[in-house]
Amino acid sequence: MDKKIFIEPLFRNNPITVLVLGVCSALAVTVKLEPAIVMALSVTIVTGFSSFIVSLIRNTIPNRIRIIVQLVVVAMLVILVDQILKAFAYDVSKQLSVFVGLIITNCIIMGRIEAFALGNKPIPSLIDGLANGLGYGIILIAIAFIRELFGSGTIYGIPVIPAEWYIKNGGFYENNGLFILPPMALIITGIIIWIQRSYTKELIEK
Amino acid sequence: MQELISLFVKSIFVDNMVFAYFLGMCSYLAVSKNVKTAIGLGAAVVFVLGVTLPVNYLLNTYVLTPAALAWLGPDFAGIDLSFLSFIIFIAVIASIVQLVEMVVEKYSPSLYASLGIFLPLIAVNCAILGGSLFMQERGYETLAEATTFALGSGFGWFLAIVALAAIREKLSYSNVPAPLRGLGITFIVVGLMGIAFMSFMGIKL
Repeated sequence: MDKKIFIEPLFRNNPITVLVLGVCSALAVTVKLEPAIVMALSVTIVTGFSSFIVSLIRNTIPNRIRIIVQLVVVAMLVILVDQILKAFAYDVSKQLSVFVGLIITNCIIMGRIEAFALGNKPIPSLIDGLANGLGYGIILIAIAFIRELFGSGTIYGIPVIPAEWYIKNGGFYENNGLFILPPMALIITGIIIWIQRSYTKELIEK
Repeated sequence: MQELISLFVKSIFVDNMVFAYFLGMCSYLAVSKNVKTAIGLGAAVVFVLGVTLPVNYLLNTYVLTPAALAWLGPDFAGIDLSFLSFIIFIAVIASIVQLVEMVVEKYSPSLYASLGIFLPLIAVNCAILGGSLFMQERGYETLAEATTFALGSGFGWFLAIVALAAIREKLSYSNVPAPLRGLGITFIVVGLMGIAFMSFMGIKL
């Protein structure tokens, strides 16, 4: 049972490519691998613990004001993450700019709280939250890997294309500037969805 | 005045919320299947941004920035509340959306019928919170500037969702490869629209 909760969100029920949750930040922070990994970790931590906390207090929250209560729990965790990033990884926190704050309105978190944590025990909720965060992270890292490799010729900041290949050094290769620009993130996501759906036929829309 | 007009145009086209920053993507992709509902959601976003951003601007200037509380007296000058900005912004947005919903329901049932269902969706739309966070990060100088930015970026979002809805209505008549149908082709279409919008990027205003 617990194993299924953990495996499903990684591929078959992936929050980005299947449920279309949390797309905004997935696209904006994927120019380079480093911010993408930091973002994936932050979202995983916030999703896991917000599901856990909401699940702990789920029987005491009045139904009418539950959205506000959930927002407060999520906002508190995001403030913690933001302050920690500012203290220990200032450069990355500058690169992510407003997108750390936007984790609050990331639909994955509210979606998992509403759909899972409100009706389940704390430990399965924690696993579900972490797994959804990881499913989000896998897609984020895949997009960032492709964009950084073709757009800047580096992986995690380490050059992988030999310097003498570049035209300016007398070679034949040039980085594709289009990959750094925002629209390419959307097109790569579209292609990832295409690949996933041609392998899992039951996800195809009519 | 001239700066305000150029800020307005810039936030519609050059810094478009959807194509340059991907804000509000979730509802952008989910509610763009036909033009009529897209217009409703777009109008609601313009309205809520136009109301919440000036309020958050005032809170940011007079409460949240370092030494902003100096107007209360010299003892308060050393207080820095900027770490509270996320929670205050989201609380303001959630409560204003709730208030607007109640007011509209009471005084204009016809407007409520067309906008009402979208209002709760908007409280968790990242374009709204994103607008407030950009306002804080870019440090707009006056209330007029903040309001212009809010209306401009709201209108940019409106244009983007109506355009996508129109394309998707036409797209339903075309023969898309099966695994790409629905979500996949929508992502690619938005990407191509983004490339088209990038032609505005070089414009200096």
